[in-house]
Amino acid sequence: MAAAAASSQSLPITVSNLVKAYGDLRVLDDVSIAIRPGEFMTLLGPSGSGKTTLLMALAGFVSPESGSIRFGEQEMITTSPHKRGVGMVFQSYALFPFMSVAENVAYPLKIRGVSPAEQKSRAEAALAMVKLGGYGGRRINQLSGGQKQRVALARAMVFEPRIILMDEPLSALDKKLREHMQIELKQLHQKLDATIVYVTHDQREALTMSDRIAVINKGRIAQLDEPKALYRRPNSLFVADFIGETVLLPVQRDGDDVSLQGRRLKLATPTPAGSGPLQLVIRPELLQLDGGGDDQTNTIAGVVRQTIYQGDSVLLIIDAGEGREVSVRIATNRAGQASLPDSGSQIALGLHRDDTVVLAEQAS
Amino acid sequence: MSTATAMNADELARGQRRERAQFIGLSLPATLLILIIVFLPLFWLSSLSFIDRGGELSTENYQRLAGDLYIEAFVVTFQISAAVTALCVLLGYPLAYWLSRKPQHTANLLLICVLLPFWTAVLVRTYAWLVLLQRNGLINNTLLSLGIIDAPLQLAHNLTASIIGMVHIMLPFLVLPLYATMKSIDGDLVRAAVGLGSSPTEAFWRIFVPMSLPGLFAGVVLVFIMSLGFYVTPALLGGGRVQMLAQRIESTITIFSNWGAASALGVVLLLMALALVALLHRVFGLDKLFVR
Repeated sequence: MAAAAASSQSLPITVSNLVKAYGDLRVLDDVSIAIRPGEFMTLLGPSGSGKTTLLMALAGFVSPESGSIRFGEQEMITTSPHKRGVGMVFQSYALFPFMSVAENVAYPLKIRGVSPAEQKSRAEAALAMVKLGGYGGRRINQLSGGQKQRVALARAMVFEPRIILMDEPLSALDKKLREHMQIELKQLHQKLDATIVYVTHDQREALTMSDRIAVINKGRIAQLDEPKALYRRPNSLFVADFIGETVLLPVQRDGDDVSLQGRRLKLATPTPAGSGPLQLVIRPELLQLDGGGDDQTNTIAGVVRQTIYQGDSVLLIIDAGEGREVSVRIATNRAGQASLPDSGSQIALGLHRDDTVVLAEQAS
Repeated sequence: MSTATAMNADELARGQRRERAQFIGLSLPATLLILIIVFLPLFWLSSLSFIDRGGELSTENYQRLAGDLYIEAFVVTFQISAAVTALCVLLGYPLAYWLSRKPQHTANLLLICVLLPFWTAVLVRTYAWLVLLQRNGLINNTLLSLGIIDAPLQLAHNLTASIIGMVHIMLPFLVLPLYATMKSIDGDLVRAAVGLGSSPTEAFWRIFVPMSLPGLFAGVVLVFIMSLGFYVTPALLGGGRVQMLAQRIESTITIFSNWGAASALGVVLLLMALALVALLHRVFGLDKLFVR
């Protein structure tokens, strides 16, 4: 884990009861979050959720109505942005077009009164770190999108800030390059001695890169967890729906028990309290084709309606009765394809109890 | 349709020829108009300048320009133009900056206010200044009635008045290109500079100002070159005390009716303006300023 590599250098960030309102709209509604030193923390949410506002509040470009932001022990809430000492990467890269690549990267050093010789060597080192060694003399408009991104990255880390903030830095890149940069950024984070706060609306990107993810919705933190826990144990239908591919099936509440198609479900987590309607959260790739029937597996009966070939996998659309559809994702390897059922055939799907998550519908 | 490569080739070539003919046809009227009302008179003007008072072909008119009277007119013209340009920058830069930071609809409304003077003739605006600045004009009367001054100030009919009037007329030419450039500056750039450790003031000077320079140069060139040929405003507000080149040209014709000498002055003024544009183009690349 990256946090283990962190020494005394990187700083924890503690946000407490942060409120930011535009008129009646509370974009940050009493947000509290503790970010560990050296952590790669992603703020994930749909557009308008408040994730960028939170990042800009950390940077100092948004001034909140109330609350506290501490870097380490130091209160930052009233500190001007240029005195916060954070590295910042913008969605638009925000490279200075009239400066060369090297001048861009050296800018934070120049501001800090570093000698020209040291500016040069440190800028070169930072460029080498983002695999742009020898690009210092280029003009910004000679660079591709991916290269601009790297320059922005080099500029944000050249002065060895203890906190680096990134606002959807990969969103302007095409899919292939984006996925490549995700891995590279993750590797870079392990080399850097910095706490990274990363904003994205792409859940897959968040899962790929983060130590922990804070899912943000309507100005509040819906769930804060490690990627695996977030994916497997969402605590609300919003998180379940937002992260990954999700199928929801209504289930019946029988006192403390929950049943589907008249069978009692074996659950991974306790039945949600209250008396409201419940939904079973299904990840298509976690369903098994053989219904199992052992005491660790729940069974869902259905009829195969459609088989969709998607290259890396096959998606089966299953009619689970009462007009409900469930999709099942089967790998296109030999084992997966050996027992592929025909359309129209009756099948029993198995869902392991550890994968069986039932959530209450929010009264929102 | 003999081979695949020649498929429809004749038809396509005909289409291209037709398109070219249409293009020429559309631009012809304007080209002719410019030829007749700009280049022909220019040619006429420059040929006049080589004919002396006796009707002989000579360079006498140009030799006369080396005289003190003319040298002084050139110097005064350049000085006034420089002063007007400098004042326009001082007034226009903050104005353009302020406008560019406003929300779009507010900025549009304020821009209309900046453009408002364009809808009035230069002559009318110049007389308006005369009304304001003259001995018993609005400003003097107000100051007198408030008891701030005892005797009317000499505000009109001097250099200051000429410059005030010219600045007022030229200001939109500076503000418009500057505003357009400032508007196109990505706000994230200044924020990035602040995020990387510059104070807001430092970020303004190190990032915003350099980014706005193309617009500023465009405005400066426009204002300076237009000021070189200014006539009505300095003539009226200067009250005869201010002699710029355009007035010298006018008096050479109306008083001395020396068309040759006046033409020579005009040609030299034109060449100087062109030389200035060429120089600025070499240094800053004007094509990049105007075509963005």
